[in-house]
Amino acid sequence: MLEQYLSILVNSIFIENIALSVFLGMCTFIAISKKIEAAIGLGIAVIVVIGITVPLNNLIYTYVLKEGALSWLGYPEVSLEFVGLISYIGIIAAVVQILEMFLDKYVPVLYNALGVFLPLITVNCAILGASLFMVEKSLAFGESVVYGLGAGIGWALAIAMLAGIREKLKYSDIPEGLQGLGITFITVGLMSFGFMSFGGISL
Amino acid sequence: MSKASDVLFAPLFKDNPIALQVLGICSALAVTSKLYPTLIMCVALTATITLSSFFISLIRNFIPNNIRIIVQMTIISSLVIIVDQLLKAYDYETSKTLSVFVGLIITNCIVMGRAEAYAMQNGPAMSALDGFGNGLGYSLILIIVGSIRELIGSGQLLGYQILHMTTDGGWYVPNNFFLLPPASFLIIGLFIWALRVWKKEQVEVPEFSMKQNAPKEIKVEHA
Repeated sequence: MLEQYLSILVNSIFIENIALSVFLGMCTFIAISKKIEAAIGLGIAVIVVIGITVPLNNLIYTYVLKEGALSWLGYPEVSLEFVGLISYIGIIAAVVQILEMFLDKYVPVLYNALGVFLPLITVNCAILGASLFMVEKSLAFGESVVYGLGAGIGWALAIAMLAGIREKLKYSDIPEGLQGLGITFITVGLMSFGFMSFGGISL
Repeated sequence: MSKASDVLFAPLFKDNPIALQVLGICSALAVTSKLYPTLIMCVALTATITLSSFFISLIRNFIPNNIRIIVQMTIISSLVIIVDQLLKAYDYETSKTLSVFVGLIITNCIVMGRAEAYAMQNGPAMSALDGFGNGLGYSLILIIVGSIRELIGSGQLLGYQILHMTTDGGWYVPNNFFLLPPASFLIIGLFIWALRVWKKEQVEVPEFSMKQNAPKEIKVEHA
């Protein structure tokens, strides 16, 4: 049992890294990676939100949306899978909003650090993507908790690494047109090429 | 009329959503290893963004400001559900290839970004045009990346053999690197370079610049 959880965790952090192998959350990944502090702040916010929303969406999927899930209401043949997308994004938007208000009221220190990133997270495809992959892999509840955390940690790790590289790149002499966005794309390409070396590992 | 054509064509090269606004990159990388799914993705995205801009702009005066993101999300996700269901009904194979990426149009920042930046301030007709233009700008990059990857990676375009492969007696040795996802980063990076050599005003100013021909020791100067 523990072994299986460990394998999901390692798999989601390194082998199927959500930023560098599946390419999700790229917009914020590239836009917010200029400074390492900001990158780490955003990374932590993503871990928190993804760690909450993936298990929550798993519960919604198993008890409301899946075919036959409504049998406790007396509708065994109803399948609501087609409204999946809108419910997942609704849950994510709601969780982000609640988290923002909760942190603002009870943990102001954390709110000051993460507050600016939270609105960005609703539109981060890594969050919705993780929920969709959870459904596609048909994970059980316990597995989805581990998968959510792993996916978040993997994304945070990737953005922190990219921010580190970009901080160094600032001092290098880059051709005019490649400055900024161009070289960032190429850097991410090389990083993801590096992460492909995890691909052969099977646990 | 010139304003309309400006709104429609500016996103192609002058204000490209991927190359300049840094929006909607995720799907650009993951779905482009073959040209056909790329085309389907472009059509799906362009349809969604045109309609969502249109509808959001239609009700823009009735949306309370503090819940506008949720309202926009609802409209966009309803449209994406329609696209997803249509695709599953008429082209199941491609919908399998695209897997979660059709659903991810919801969080594709181009759609949200244009709704926020344009449709909330402008009339429905212009917003639809703006959405369509941005969809075209996105499609342009995806089609370029998709063609390069399929042509170099497997010598085909849309499944037709263009370059004669060594495996069936031809001369072309396919470069498998281009079928791997990292290749699309490199192609987009180089595309941005080419675009900025052509359109100089898009070049970003470096934070620190090298001093030209620094005589003895290398000095780094604050810009």
